[in-house]
Amino acid sequence: MSSPDLPLVAPQTAQPPPRGGSHTGAAKSGRVRRLSGSDRIVVVLMVAIPTLIVVGLIWLPAIASVLLSFTNWNGIGGLSDIKVVGLKNYTDVFTIYPPFKPAVEHNLLWLVVMFVVATPLGIFFAVLIDKDLKGSRFYQTALYLPVVLSLALIGFIWQLMYSRDQGLINAVLGTQVDFYGDPKWNIWAALFATCWRQVGYVMLLYLAGLKGVDASLKEAAQMDGATEVQTFFRIVFPVMRPINIIVLVITVIESLRAFDLVWVINQGRNGLELLATLVTQNIVGEASRIGFGSALATIMLLISLVFISIYLNVIMREDER
Amino acid sequence: MTRPSTQDEYLAGLIPDSVRATSFSRRGLLRGSLLAGGIPALLAACGDGGGTTGGGGGGGAQVTLGSNFSDPVPVKAMDAMVAAAQKAQGITVKVNKVDHTTFQNNINNYLQGSPDDVFSWFAGYRMRFFAGQGLAGDISDVWETIGGDYTDAFKKASTGDDGKQYLVPTTYGPWAVFYRKSLWAEKGYQAPTTLDEMTALSKQMQTDGLVPLAFADKEGWPAMGTFDQLNMRINGYQFHVDLMAGKEAWTDQKVKTVFDTWRSLIPYHQTDALGRTWQEAATGVVNKTSGMMVIGSFIGQQFPDTDQEDIDFFNFPEVDPAVGADAVEAPLDGFMMSKRPREEEGAKKLLTFFGSPEDGEVQTKADPSGIAANTKSDQSGYTTLQKKCAEFVGSAKSISQFMDRDTRPDFASTVMIPSLQTFLQNPADIDGLVNSIESQKKSIFAS
Repeated sequence: MSSPDLPLVAPQTAQPPPRGGSHTGAAKSGRVRRLSGSDRIVVVLMVAIPTLIVVGLIWLPAIASVLLSFTNWNGIGGLSDIKVVGLKNYTDVFTIYPPFKPAVEHNLLWLVVMFVVATPLGIFFAVLIDKDLKGSRFYQTALYLPVVLSLALIGFIWQLMYSRDQGLINAVLGTQVDFYGDPKWNIWAALFATCWRQVGYVMLLYLAGLKGVDASLKEAAQMDGATEVQTFFRIVFPVMRPINIIVLVITVIESLRAFDLVWVINQGRNGLELLATLVTQNIVGEASRIGFGSALATIMLLISLVFISIYLNVIMREDER
Repeated sequence: MTRPSTQDEYLAGLIPDSVRATSFSRRGLLRGSLLAGGIPALLAACGDGGGTTGGGGGGGAQVTLGSNFSDPVPVKAMDAMVAAAQKAQGITVKVNKVDHTTFQNNINNYLQGSPDDVFSWFAGYRMRFFAGQGLAGDISDVWETIGGDYTDAFKKASTGDDGKQYLVPTTYGPWAVFYRKSLWAEKGYQAPTTLDEMTALSKQMQTDGLVPLAFADKEGWPAMGTFDQLNMRINGYQFHVDLMAGKEAWTDQKVKTVFDTWRSLIPYHQTDALGRTWQEAATGVVNKTSGMMVIGSFIGQQFPDTDQEDIDFFNFPEVDPAVGADAVEAPLDGFMMSKRPREEEGAKKLLTFFGSPEDGEVQTKADPSGIAANTKSDQSGYTTLQKKCAEFVGSAKSISQFMDRDTRPDFASTVMIPSLQTFLQNPADIDGLVNSIESQKKSIFAS
């Protein structure tokens, strides 16, 4: 089924076929009117079931979290035990909760490092591997390997490198740096381990995109006397716009949901505070400060909304074009 | 392949041949629906089966037991206890083993869902909290049977705010300063009785190339032990209780003195404690690179069997002669009954066994790091360390549990763990620290 001429795109965004060649246009509009009863049920179900799932599993819990953030509840007993406390949880978060400020800073740092270091590095590797160097398959596999590991596992693997008394890095350098324990170091140690994985992920996505770039574009640029660097930035990069947006979104998402790695290291304390770990510390476990944790989760939602709106804005503008 | 001329043809071409060949037949559909119809029936059958074995055992009704004994040594102890209980009480016990920390983290959901009939838990505020929320079953009638074997202090530690009993205590282990006898004999060290002596000894250890106080706080709770010891030596037992209950202010000069004193000891603590687990710190004591460690008697689990007799301890030294050193921290573990046990009679039989002298013997034999809470338990099989621990706690005037057992769980985990870690990172700013703790305490205890 490898028909090279047929573009692999969703039918509704495909270019309309040239008029007169076939009967597609008429048949298409005709079929819509002639939906049989069972077809209609299928269509309704296909719309209704995902909608129900999204509303039930995403919207309702999100709204419930926002509502709970104005209350005080220890998670035990029925709804009657929930006390409404107004904005108290929010004022507490901003005034007397010391881990909050470092958590926001760490989340932003995470975002910046991913954006400035991991993503460009991944793109760079993808471009190199796309050059069909000798052994590029090997490099590709080696760089991609960390992606198949869970972040929790990556935390353990790097523990072997970072450990103060038994770790490889300290043994080789002859130092005694406590990478996971010392708050001066541990955020950078965690970021390095995350980047190690993120680079491979971005590389693979970008490589897939690069393979799809029409080689004749590059040839034409070279004919016109463009250098390698010019070819990439002036020709390839703009052509890759859809992939660029996906990579950007993935970078933001991965930074905001950063959690597993630091949780494995020290449950997000002592220099590794992140919003997600604060939410978990307060809600999960014996503590059960449901209201307070929900307030933190709501703040996290608001921060995410900023990025989501930017993303949606870009996508919608794309569609209008 | 020719280019498909219509969309239909294109889509049809996407279906792999293997699928097209075995397209849905009516018979296949029928088979599928039969299977779907069969599943509920099967499930129902399972439910029935479970019900009959549960109730049909007659005298040997099945009791479920939720256990947080997850390390190898405690698991061995649990197996031995259950085997003994089944034999003694003629009941069948089904143990549901959960990882220790996971069990604690899920306790809220666990107790509100469908908990096991009997579950392992701790004495102190942690027990009273769940009893007060109506999530634990009243076992006062079990205490009528077993009560005579326990001291009043233990009965009090098992009693909820409403005056009823909710816990059967089984074992405890004191917190003290642990060391290796052979190392101390070799170097000629003497157990200090005052803080000044301890400081002098620490200096001596440093000159001898040892780390005086092995220390770790990666998990967040081990440092609470040192705080409790200093607080009870400086301000006494009652202040500890009131401070944990939220009645005293953390900004009080008394609390600042505790942190000040601790700061003066920091130079003798093992550095980089925040990246180390207590087990790693204990390894230093086992390997004779660290001189001593403020920890619970469970440190014994880290020593090889052959070295068990080499473990010794001394009471945390006196700081203020007016306060003395007769308050001991000895967290008490035990078992509780869920609020609506499926097999109440069997559950009480099991708890009665856990409260018997025999259980104490079985448990402390399998795990020699604990002491039987039952005073009638035969202590002749104890190791030297166990005997010393039992004597030590027996002579204590007052017994505290532990910071995270004597105060609200939300305060201990979301305020005290980060605060003590902040102190260890930056021991200089005590005023800022106690102010931050106090304002968070007010907010939490107000709810």
